[in-house]
Amino acid sequence: MFEWLRHLGAWTIDALWKLGFASRFLLAIVLHSGQVLLRPQLLIREMFFAGVLSLIIIMVSGLFVGMVLGLQGYNTLVRFGSADALGTLVALSLLRELGPVLAALLFASRSGSAMTAEIGLMKATEQLDAMAVMAVNPVARVIAPRFWAGVLSLPVLTALFNVMGIFGGYYVGVVLIGLDEGSYWAQMQNAVDLHDDVINGLIKSVFFGIAVTLIAVFEGYDAEPTAAGVSSATTRTVVTSALVILAMDFVLTAFMF
Amino acid sequence: MADQPFIDIRSVAFAYGERPILKDINLQIPRGKLVAIMGGSGCGKTTLLRLLSGQYRPQQGEVIVGGQRVDRMNSRELFRFRRSMGMLFQFGALFTDLSVFDNVAFPLRENTDLPESVIRDLVMMKLSAVGLRGTQDMKTAELSGGMARRIALARAIALDPALMLYDEPFTGLDPISLGVIAHLIKKLGDALGTTAIMVTHDIHHSLQLADHVYFMAGGKIIASGTPQEVLASSDPWVAQFVQGAADGPVQFAFPAPTSVGEDSGLEARRV
Repeated sequence: MFEWLRHLGAWTIDALWKLGFASRFLLAIVLHSGQVLLRPQLLIREMFFAGVLSLIIIMVSGLFVGMVLGLQGYNTLVRFGSADALGTLVALSLLRELGPVLAALLFASRSGSAMTAEIGLMKATEQLDAMAVMAVNPVARVIAPRFWAGVLSLPVLTALFNVMGIFGGYYVGVVLIGLDEGSYWAQMQNAVDLHDDVINGLIKSVFFGIAVTLIAVFEGYDAEPTAAGVSSATTRTVVTSALVILAMDFVLTAFMF
Repeated sequence: MADQPFIDIRSVAFAYGERPILKDINLQIPRGKLVAIMGGSGCGKTTLLRLLSGQYRPQQGEVIVGGQRVDRMNSRELFRFRRSMGMLFQFGALFTDLSVFDNVAFPLRENTDLPESVIRDLVMMKLSAVGLRGTQDMKTAELSGGMARRIALARAIALDPALMLYDEPFTGLDPISLGVIAHLIKKLGDALGTTAIMVTHDIHHSLQLADHVYFMAGGKIIASGTPQEVLASSDPWVAQFVQGAADGPVQFAFPAPTSVGEDSGLEARRV
């Protein structure tokens, strides 16, 4: 019993210590973000790796999610004689929930894990130490551009995920099943509110972007400088990001809708 | 040694958590000299370099470089101090996402306002100094171990540092690369008048290059002297290093709590 309590106490202290370290780390990133503004080429380079190279997986996933929504939505709605509302169902599902959450999960798996592995390997091969010894702050030069690249990329990727999803739903509902094209778009236009649905969905993706990228750069920076250490840090990034995204989604949804 | 050393380490002690690494280290190095620090793995040599570069702070004692207390510098002062310092890491620590040119240009671009044309000339000069002009467009993955170490050396001397730190510069190199690196260290020291500290296991090249050699064991400096004094020394610590003997004051075997007989069950365990 005491042993179990001791483990729980140690785990809690460790978790709190890590949370405190991550908070200080975020503060350091914000304080050292000046270089990102002064040298936008650093940010553009990282946005290419985090954002542009994620386009394929995000857009293809968005398309298929929209197509599945189209199929499942039609099968359900047709039972109640509301098949014309398919456009509304697809758009609201994507804009409010599926778009931000799935795009963030895919981003964490593709770009978050890559960021952690790269920073962890830079640490293991003493590249971060070499930078510090050359009077260059690694947080300003390596971490801050990656952090802001992730934060700025995810809302754009989410928007593209949504567009592709809506197109996927249109393809299944209108082109394959034969629903009326005018109804698909008109119902969507009437039901979707710019602020409540589109903006709120993008605000979610900004929060997810901050959380996922912070976890990714922090885990890389905090990784044990060994092959096993980098590997487990990469795993932690994906697992922690997924849990944080889902938990944050619940909290944000409760406040927003 | 001279009255006013460039590097003055006084009564320094350092521990990782509860584990003591350095105990009461005293070291004075005059300006322009190359000093080798030798000792077995884990004796605290690299930790000593990290104390000098301000990456670690000692729990006790003073680290003075060029009259400045490195152990008391805040991060802004440390970054200013490091602009006059170069460090060659054990495996080069080249930036893998940059080309050879960009690696050598890195400290110049980050720490100076020089125009790109001047940076280009300086990079080519440094590459030429290490005998690798023509590799500027190569990626670091295309370099051999010896070439990577020479590029890292070119990067370390890009700002003509007053202090050079070499962390195991000869580890993992073939004899030719090793000889080239050793020659470069000597040549660069003579040309730039840099004060240098070289942490190494390589007794042959240490005695060949260094003005003074320190021996460390168990977190302490156990012997020191000029290469001639080292070679003539009858000190058992020094003799063990020079001869590479397993038996001597530095224990080769880890002090296991049980004997071989006990481990194999042939001997009754002590109570």
